[in-house]
Amino acid sequence: MKLKGAEVLIRCLKEEGVDVIFGYPGGVVLPIYDALYSSDIKHVLVRHEQGAAHAADAYARVTGKVGVCLSTSGPGATNLVTGIANAYMDSVPMVAFTGQVPTGLIGRDAFQEADITGITLPITKHNFLVKKGQDLVRTIKEAFHIARTNRPGPVVVDLPRDIMAGDMDFNGYPNEVGLKGYRVVRNCNMGQVLLAVETIQKAERPVIYAGGGVIGSDASELLQELAIKMKIPVATTLMGIGCFPETHYLSLGMLGMHGTRYANYAVSEADLLIAVGVRFDDRVTGKISSFAPHAKVIHIDIDAAEIGKNFGVDIPIVGNVKQVLEEIVPRLQPCEQFTEWHRTIDRWKEEFPLTYSESHEEGRIKPQYVVEQIYYATQGHAIITTEVGQNQMWAAQFYKFTQPRTFITSGGLGTMGFGLPAAIGAKIGRPDMTVIDIAGDGSIQMNIQELCTAVEQRLPIIICILNNHFLGMVRQWQELFYGGRYSYTDISVQPDFVKLAESYGAIGIRVKDYQDVMPVLQEALTVTDRPVLLDFWVEREANVFPMVPPGESLYNMLGGDEE
Amino acid sequence: MKHTLSVVVENQPGVLTRVATLFRRRGYNIDSLTVGRTENPNISRMTIVVDGDDVIIEQVTKQLHKLVEILKIYDITEEPTVDRELALVKVRADSQIRGEIMQIVEVFRARIVDIGRNSLIIEATGDENKINAIEDSLRPFGILELVRTGKVAMLRGAK
Ligand SMILES: Cc1cc2nc3c(=O)[nH]c(=O)nc-3n(C[C@H](O)[C@H](O)[C@H](O)COP(=O)(O)OP(=O)(O)OC[C@H]3O[C@@H](n4cnc5c(N)ncnc54)[C@H](O)[C@@H]3O)c2cc1C
Ligand SMILES: Cc1ncc(C[n+]2csc(CCOP(=O)(O)OP(=O)(O)O)c2C)c(N)n1
Repeated sequence: MKLKGAEVLIRCLKEEGVDVIFGYPGGVVLPIYDALYSSDIKHVLVRHEQGAAHAADAYARVTGKVGVCLSTSGPGATNLVTGIANAYMDSVPMVAFTGQVPTGLIGRDAFQEADITGITLPITKHNFLVKKGQDLVRTIKEAFHIARTNRPGPVVVDLPRDIMAGDMDFNGYPNEVGLKGYRVVRNCNMGQVLLAVETIQKAERPVIYAGGGVIGSDASELLQELAIKMKIPVATTLMGIGCFPETHYLSLGMLGMHGTRYANYAVSEADLLIAVGVRFDDRVTGKISSFAPHAKVIHIDIDAAEIGKNFGVDIPIVGNVKQVLEEIVPRLQPCEQFTEWHRTIDRWKEEFPLTYSESHEEGRIKPQYVVEQIYYATQGHAIITTEVGQNQMWAAQFYKFTQPRTFITSGGLGTMGFGLPAAIGAKIGRPDMTVIDIAGDGSIQMNIQELCTAVEQRLPIIICILNNHFLGMVRQWQELFYGGRYSYTDISVQPDFVKLAESYGAIGIRVKDYQDVMPVLQEALTVTDRPVLLDFWVEREANVFPMVPPGESLYNMLGGDEE
Repeated sequence: MKHTLSVVVENQPGVLTRVATLFRRRGYNIDSLTVGRTENPNISRMTIVVDGDDVIIEQVTKQLHKLVEILKIYDITEEPTVDRELALVKVRADSQIRGEIMQIVEVFRARIVDIGRNSLIIEATGDENKINAIEDSLRPFGILELVRTGKVAMLRGAK
């Protein structure tokens, strides 16, 4: 059968089960947009390509499917770059299609030519430039396969215009991929599994350190089974939030730089650390030489290169979290009793709870209070996306997550401007869920144009700006480590966010009194056909505590020990 | 310590860039890198000499393995191998000292491949030590230009 390249592309996407594409058109992708015009794949027109990449990223995180975005060549493609890097750092399955100038013009600095496969080489799991029509179908198959299997990640497919516009034979979509140098990890070393079982069984002060890999492999239930069966306390990374219910008595919340004191103390005192789908990030470990100093460490990760990359471990197990836990959990004898270890942890929890002082100043609300009220208003049942900075940390600390794939945040790259497009992607992926972006007044301005996308799509997402009129997280560091010299972090000059929201056709409400927080949230939750932007004026110089100062060990935390 | 990795890759445009980018991005030191065709036109072989301790070499190997076009990696540092490097050396050589240079060439079983009025080009093949030695011996005469290919290597025996 003869079809245009662009039509073949659409057919292949349908075969992959793609039902939504986030994109933005341009010259060289006209053939693709023409094919989309008569296709039943939903296309969400963003207002900046970065928004398309983040939306596809969040769509993937909430659904577990591969997110898809599309841009034109040159500036369209380079606008995707931050979003691709973001997905790479957080191991999110995504395929980004970029238009490219016709094959005959590649390399001649043609109009809107950018070497996007060159540019994205270090920030993609793999990338392709399709040089011949006959390679198109196989390439798409491989791109999705690579993006979704093993450690997921973004894949770029660069599509020259002539290939999209030209005719080609289409003989169906292949079932198999023929990648010789890429194998899906299917097994794990049983010797290591048995060693892990024996070690877990004998441990006296075990702690689970669980991360993004648990959520990505849909192993949250198994992890809970492990923890509950063996009565092992669970600390999660920022990326692991939601894989273990934070309302459970075994939950230690988040560990690391802004983790709870009890999570960090538990890790520091543990005799066994079970690291599951984590990558020993420096925000987690603090000073690496004093991380988990008394513990034997079991590390389960699908990416062999993560084993020993930052931290030497005792029992590495390369494999899929789900599969490995399926082998480990049934082999364990349940632990029947609470021990001194649990009592120690309970004491830490009592002594060092996550708190803040509730005295609100006139016209300014405590930011933590806003997050707590969001938690109560949604009864803990919502998808929360975040921007980056203090807002992100307070969201992580004060919203109690109980479900995987409900906390969507930019962890590895820390991309300001992620939260709003992510909320769009999340709402499109999970229309049944309430979706809230917890934002900062700085970050929200980085992709504010996506409000227009949300209005056009009639998405009832709620944006909660914790407006401190500062680049708060940077200001906090300046206060603590640079003698209070607030160099270029005061952003009091800013738009009227309420009017801005209204001008886009969204609802905007300003809240300065803590007593209004709950009623306004409840009102916002009743809206069904458009976004709502809530501009909460919060205490300007509130800090995120506790905090491990950079380069310190997890023992040396600042704050969170008063009151 | 220097390790020699023999890396079998799919012969696709861009593989070399991927490998080079990986080394640059992760801050590993390439000592030398050669790449060439093999008996199979779809497959190339790279010989990479990389400097680093065992932990680094393990990381290099694991990170390389993640590149989709890389098929196999052998660390042949400790294995019995044949390895060779080729060098072309242009030395200053007026008629009085030519004889002396020819003797050196003889000793190293190298060859003279070009004779100019005041210079010679010498071609030498051998393992790294031999090439170093010939370079050192020729230096006093005045090396005008020198190019070394970097190492290619193959395991001995039938493996
Ligand atoms: C302002 C700011 C502050 C931060 N503060 C903190 C903090 O206090 N605490 C904190 O924890 N983080 C913090 N972070 C986030 C931090 O930077 C890292 O993004 C995060 O800690 C990494 O989480 P992770 O270890 O779970 O790894 P991820 O990035 O989620 O990586 C997942 C790991 O699991 C593996 N994996 C993936 N799929 C599978 C599978 N199927 N089977 C097995 N393994 C798999 C991967 O190979 C990888 O090693 C902060 C970020 C920002 C921006
Ligand atoms: C794109 C980008 N630029 C700069 C930074 C550095 N940075 C980290 S947090 C932060 C401040 C964020 O301010 P705001 O969005 O107002 O949030 P707050 O910390 O006040 O909650 C900055 C500038 C970043 N993470 N991302």
